[in-house]
Amino acid sequence: MADIAFLLLIFFLVTTTMDVDTGLMRGLPQLPDKDDLEQQDEIHDRNVFVVLINKNDELLVENKPTSVFDLRELAREFISNPNNAANLPEKVEKDIPFFGKIRVTKNAVISLQNDRGTSYGMYIKVQNELIAAKQELRDNISMQQFGMKYSELDEERLDAVKAFYPSVLSEAEPKAIGGRN
Amino acid sequence: MSKFRKKEKKGVAAINTASLPDIVFMLLFFFMVTTVMREVDLKIAVRVPDATEAEKLENKSLVSFIYVGEPLEAIFGTEPRIQLNDQFKKVEDIQDFIAQERDAMDENDRNKMMVSLKVDEDTKMGVIVDIKMALRTANALKISYSSTKVDKIK
Repeated sequence: MADIAFLLLIFFLVTTTMDVDTGLMRGLPQLPDKDDLEQQDEIHDRNVFVVLINKNDELLVENKPTSVFDLRELAREFISNPNNAANLPEKVEKDIPFFGKIRVTKNAVISLQNDRGTSYGMYIKVQNELIAAKQELRDNISMQQFGMKYSELDEERLDAVKAFYPSVLSEAEPKAIGGRN
Repeated sequence: MSKFRKKEKKGVAAINTASLPDIVFMLLFFFMVTTVMREVDLKIAVRVPDATEAEKLENKSLVSFIYVGEPLEAIFGTEPRIQLNDQFKKVEDIQDFIAQERDAMDENDRNKMMVSLKVDEDTKMGVIVDIKMALRTANALKISYSSTKVDKIK
């Protein structure tokens, strides 16, 4: 009797899947104080990677119409600037634990702006590609440096890798060119 | 003589454990039946988008959900609506909702609060933008765009 009950129990335990919630983690910026509005840092053009999505879900990346499938590569090149190109973000020398003094694209900012008419699906696709680009770079560098995946690193190393590829994603207030909603 | 000593060694008689599984099962079923999982009745259709970089939501007790999508019943129209808990709400209600959820939380956990947006992929961004603004005003800055983890996006 008990054997049969256990068999049933284990069978149902194995076959039942609880749907685990997964999602793209993001942080929202704090609402600016009124006093802060005056003071705005100037950001050089080469340090900004502009991604625009219009109401027809079309992408404009750095003033060129782009497919969402090319976005990851472009973003990766922008964040890492491997050849120190003049139109990609400047590299600033920085002292990072484990890496020592190294030149990183510290001031790089990805700016994302969508329309109120953009579909949510497209927005998530773009977000996903931008996150993926950063994640791939971080995975690469932690593989190189520590021989481990980024997600397996301990706190200190995680921070070091984070400092190596700081990612700032700024989202501008959307425009309503395509009408409300 | 060993024949007589044997009897003296005998200790306390063992308890019959044949019914132990029954007791365990009874306990198991009792807890299974009395545990309620909090579920929300969805009044809207939500098909969340796919993403390759989706991460697991840790610690569900810190997460509040906001659902956005087209109502299932035609009488509520076809425009995307916001659902908080079991009711349709407006964007203006989100701040109160967040405050409520935050109050219900343990004091130490309040800064770890996370909001998961379960939004249908065909929704227009206009609503989402408003929700994000409301969340910023309510100072709930950690959010998760609920999405299905896939290996490759289409």
